[in-house]
Amino acid sequence: MSSSTEYIMHHLSHNILVLDNGNKGFFGSVHLDTFSTSLFLGFIFLAVFIYAARKVRVENPTKFQLFIEIIIDMVNQQVKDIYHGGKSKLIVPLSLTIFCWVFLMNLMDLLPVDLLNFINHNVANSEAKWRIVSSADVNATFAMSISVLFLIIFYSIKSKGLLGWIKELFSAPFGIAFAPINFIFQMVELVAKPISLALRLFGNMYAGELIFILIALLPWGVQWLLGVPWAIFHILIITLQAYVFMVLTIVYLSLATESH
Amino acid sequence: MEINVTIIGQIITFAILVLFTMKFVWPPINAMMEERANKIADGLAAAEKGKQELLDAETRVAEELKHVQSRATEIMSNAEKRAGQIVSEAKDNAIKEGKKILENANSQIEQEFMKAREELRLKVADLVISGAEQILKAEINQERHEAILASLKAEL
Repeated sequence: MSSSTEYIMHHLSHNILVLDNGNKGFFGSVHLDTFSTSLFLGFIFLAVFIYAARKVRVENPTKFQLFIEIIIDMVNQQVKDIYHGGKSKLIVPLSLTIFCWVFLMNLMDLLPVDLLNFINHNVANSEAKWRIVSSADVNATFAMSISVLFLIIFYSIKSKGLLGWIKELFSAPFGIAFAPINFIFQMVELVAKPISLALRLFGNMYAGELIFILIALLPWGVQWLLGVPWAIFHILIITLQAYVFMVLTIVYLSLATESH
Repeated sequence: MEINVTIIGQIITFAILVLFTMKFVWPPINAMMEERANKIADGLAAAEKGKQELLDAETRVAEELKHVQSRATEIMSNAEKRAGQIVSEAKDNAIKEGKKILENANSQIEQEFMKAREELRLKVADLVISGAEQILKAEINQERHEAILASLKAEL
């Protein structure tokens, strides 16, 4: 029993680089695995899309171009349908980046749970931990959702002016007579957005990862009985979570540009 | 679930990814897609215009055809009329000419007849006179009956 606990803990531990002389706290350590895996995946996304963007042509598109176009068309269509804040140079690239990056990070969940440890153990002869699913780390999901929060604030100020935004914080939804209540409501709403964004993605990916680990604890002959259905189901989940994160970002930014 | 400085790194990575997407991915692809949309719209408009032009040309052709047909009918009826005219004129002329020829022939015959009658008259007169002369020679004095003979001659 202790060995299976150890196994699970090993799989759920980060590769931590200790900073600040081992002091605990915000600046005490950094998750090397989350940071470098997500950076690597981000660069893969950029490389593929920049390559595609350089080669695009109006006529006789290649299959690769068509594939890229399908993704971009999907994102573009979502933005067109949901976002009512007029023309924006940021919103489509932002949504595209979120969708692709989150999807790639989630996709790592489909790698066999022991693959990296196996390679580490047999090739590098090391027992270092490495959590490959970056989106199952709250740091990664909160990084995105807090960026979105900054953008919500930025878009609110941009479309209503600083004073207009502050006025709205106190006057909506019940009118200026209930200013304190309004402000509390608005603050809760504002803070709830990034938290729900981040925790939804984190929760789904963490749970998915955990279930893969639990399945890996079963006898090897029956692992596929649960592993295959869960992996197939997870293909849907990782896409859906990337899509939901993107759509909610667009919705929040659209709401930020509308007055209540 | 431990939040630490990783989050700063993630935000920086995210910002870089978004910036690069904004700068190098979205503009060229968006421009291409807009160009394609414009091209398709232009093509559709051109097709619509072509269709309209074809329709116009067809109506023009139909009109022209109708015009030509009526013109042809007119020309044909004119030609028929003219032909009838020519035929009737020729008939009239022929009748007139025939009449003239007939008249000429008649007057010539008349003249010939008159001339022949005159000649015959004179010959008969001469014959009568010579007969009478021969009869009277014996019993009638030429000189005495000259006046009577001359008046007789004139009367015949």
